[in-house]
Amino acid sequence: MDRREDRAFPLIFERSQKGRRGVRPPSVGDVDPEALFGRENVRESPPRLPEVDELSVVRHYTLLSRRQIGVDTSFYPLGSCTMKYNPRVLEAAAARFTALHPYQDPETAQGALELMYELAEYLKAITGMDEMTLQPAAGAHGELTGILVIRAYHEDRGEGDRRRVVLVPDSAHGSNPATASMAGFEVREVPSGPDGEVDTEALKRELGPHVAAIMLTNPNTLGLFEKRILELTEAAHQAGVQLYYDGANLNAIMGWVRPGDMGFDVVHLNLHKTFATPHGGGGPGSGPVGVKAHLAPYLPVPLVRKRGSAYVLDEDLPKSIGRVRSFYGNFGVLVRAYAYIRLLGLFGLKRAAALSVLNARYLKALLKAKGFRVPYDGPTMHEFVAQPPEGLRALDLAKALLDAGFHPPTIYFPLIVKEAMMIEPTETEAKETLERFAEALGEAARKGLANPGWLEGTPYTTPVRRLDEVRANRRPVLRWTPEAE
Amino acid sequence: MAYTPHTEEEIRAMLEALGLSRLEDLYAHLPPSLLNPEIPLPEPLSEDEVLRVIDGLAAKNRSGPVFLGGGVRDHFVPAIVDELASRGEFLTAYTPYQPEASQGVLQAIFEYQTMIAELTGLDVANASLYDGATALAEGVLLALRASRRMRVVVSQGVHPEYRAVLATYLHAVGATVETVALAGDRTPAFEVGDDVGAVVLANPNFLGAIEDLAPLAETAHRAGALVVAVADPLALAVLRPPGAWGADVAVGEGQPLGNAMSYGGPHFGFIAVRERLLRQLPGRLVSMTEDGEGRRGFVLALSAREQHIRRSKAKSNITTNSQNAALRATIHMAALGPKGLSEAALASAAGARRLYEMLLEAPGVKPLTRPPFFAEFALVLPRPPEDVRRLLARRGFHGAYPIPDYGEGAALFAASERARPEDLEAFARAFWEVL
Repeated sequence: MDRREDRAFPLIFERSQKGRRGVRPPSVGDVDPEALFGRENVRESPPRLPEVDELSVVRHYTLLSRRQIGVDTSFYPLGSCTMKYNPRVLEAAAARFTALHPYQDPETAQGALELMYELAEYLKAITGMDEMTLQPAAGAHGELTGILVIRAYHEDRGEGDRRRVVLVPDSAHGSNPATASMAGFEVREVPSGPDGEVDTEALKRELGPHVAAIMLTNPNTLGLFEKRILELTEAAHQAGVQLYYDGANLNAIMGWVRPGDMGFDVVHLNLHKTFATPHGGGGPGSGPVGVKAHLAPYLPVPLVRKRGSAYVLDEDLPKSIGRVRSFYGNFGVLVRAYAYIRLLGLFGLKRAAALSVLNARYLKALLKAKGFRVPYDGPTMHEFVAQPPEGLRALDLAKALLDAGFHPPTIYFPLIVKEAMMIEPTETEAKETLERFAEALGEAARKGLANPGWLEGTPYTTPVRRLDEVRANRRPVLRWTPEAE
Repeated sequence: MAYTPHTEEEIRAMLEALGLSRLEDLYAHLPPSLLNPEIPLPEPLSEDEVLRVIDGLAAKNRSGPVFLGGGVRDHFVPAIVDELASRGEFLTAYTPYQPEASQGVLQAIFEYQTMIAELTGLDVANASLYDGATALAEGVLLALRASRRMRVVVSQGVHPEYRAVLATYLHAVGATVETVALAGDRTPAFEVGDDVGAVVLANPNFLGAIEDLAPLAETAHRAGALVVAVADPLALAVLRPPGAWGADVAVGEGQPLGNAMSYGGPHFGFIAVRERLLRQLPGRLVSMTEDGEGRRGFVLALSAREQHIRRSKAKSNITTNSQNAALRATIHMAALGPKGLSEAALASAAGARRLYEMLLEAPGVKPLTRPPFFAEFALVLPRPPEDVRRLLARRGFHGAYPIPDYGEGAALFAASERARPEDLEAFARAFWEVL
């Protein structure tokens, strides 16, 4: 990453010169907009977009990228985000399908449909589910789809008015309660027990004819596998409650155990986490949803089906929740995930899972030796939640890690751990990287205890130092305007 | 091939440090009945073999000149868009939670927010949503929160798939939606009840027609409803923006700006609103600010609206959006500039108009869309559009998307700036042949 500069890095708008041209589109000669559209429909003044030459655009975004870190530049152990290496062959694969239009005759898109069909089959096998939609565009979108499917199921059975509550553990991702309320449910939190797993007795007390679903992550956000999962799903099913599996942490267990076998009725996956498709700085992702057979009639339309040797888009699901996205989902992301699964096979997926756990366990041991505490120190899987030595703040250590060239872990999550540092190294990192990271974090803690002022001043070497977030929230400036220059 | 760097020696050493002997031991505490299920997956392949498989699948598709629309079209994308947006720093970053190390993505979002606000003629845009359909759903939910009403009226001129997604989202919160049928190709005047929270209009509409929606927006406002506009971002380079004809919220599909068609995704959805609706916006927002040394920088702002802070009280559950697709749009707009973007828009519309005139010369073909229209238009065909699309495809052309909801024989067409006069003529000839 580029280090600090003395002057402000310009906005693309500040590189603009009136009348300068960049890339020219193919042109059909002069067109008079007023003749074509009618004067009343034409925009009075053009949008104030930057006027820059092509080289300036290239320099601007190249230099801007150097003010950014990613997995390609840095170890990125962001808990629950699975920042593994994104193999470039996946990009090459996706590039083979970019010229397809979603409304072309399905006869001429058989390869694309076959790929979707096969990917759904693989994901069904990996999760242990009976049917799969690839339409949701991200994890939270998959959550919404899955919870709406559950709602439609209860409504269809005449229990829609009664089952108004979704149970969510207090360690859950924030998207879980947000999803449940977006789907029209009341959310109730279930406490974690002293061992960090869901308090089974407390959860059983909450079960009843008013509950529609339970949303669980397994391994949970503390990195712990819910060992009493079978007891838990059985109790829920006896009360007519549907089990929702948040797939954010599937990387720990893929190939080894399956949510479907644990008793889950709905699973969403994050292809941009578990299946190595790039996060892109915040998307696009993809959040396929798998369900057991009793929920299949409620999945969104269309589904890809095989009829004889042809693949078709099936819109004929009378009980479907409807559509959740236009077209068929983030197809380009599906191509990448398909290629990833073909590269690894079952053996590779299991090995990736196991090494993600090995890396996390090994890093946990290294950090414990440096004085970091692990409050729920069970047999953690692909991630763990640590606390800094007494007297230090997770935020300060995160900033110190930036100076050491690492992306920090997820901090202040899960909410049930004070000063939480949620660390997920993934399987694609080497042993020595984990060791260097532990050294850097240990060193920052040691120096911070000796010299709190130094730690609070970090980072010192990034393009900007700690930014005034209070000001950004009190007086947000959300766009550039020429007046603001 | 698991992309793992571990040597067998290292695995042994790490296991030993943990007091374990085999990788299987890492799963020893899981219920034994669950372990190691039978999972039928194909055997692992090398990189070269996988690309052969992919090539084999791609060979079963047929690409060719595309005259299809529905908000996704075959527009020109400059080479630098691919090149810059796929730089590893942008491509392999997560959501920019650590601003000091994420100025690249954060500033790009700030630039994007500015460009979308400029295009739509509204005050503020968020960092992006999944696609046009979900952007519409979020825009309407926003309008219902702001108006505290639970009824929605939507023109049939809004993309049918967007209306379907809207219905899914509205059913979830118990809001009702009714559709106003088009009169021919345009939205007729209609009454708006004083319990309606959102009126949804599209310009250009799904049939491509450019509508005069200012009077309808006024009717909606008089009834206390908010106006949510579905817009085509490329059209906004030349057409009167939603902010200028009275919309409070503008949403749309971002694909025409720098993104490949890619069989429908990934693309991005955009949303922009008037200032007073700012705190109702879902998703990420980036604000300019300063560091302790007075240096300009960018941060995620107003996160108190979002799921990771507010949990069940959040404005939306969205977290991952479509950042890289929005970055492509940002670079695309920077590369073309206001002049280039307007040229692309005009060339697309002029091409569509020429194609419209040529196709109308075929026997039995009637207009459904009347000028003025933008880059898409609908015709009524004398034989089933499904057949026409198939027969065209067999001749290597993609066109005539059947839209039965708009009448028997109705089909949608589009053109882009990529279509040269000879391409339009070739398509028109094929169309004539298959009718």
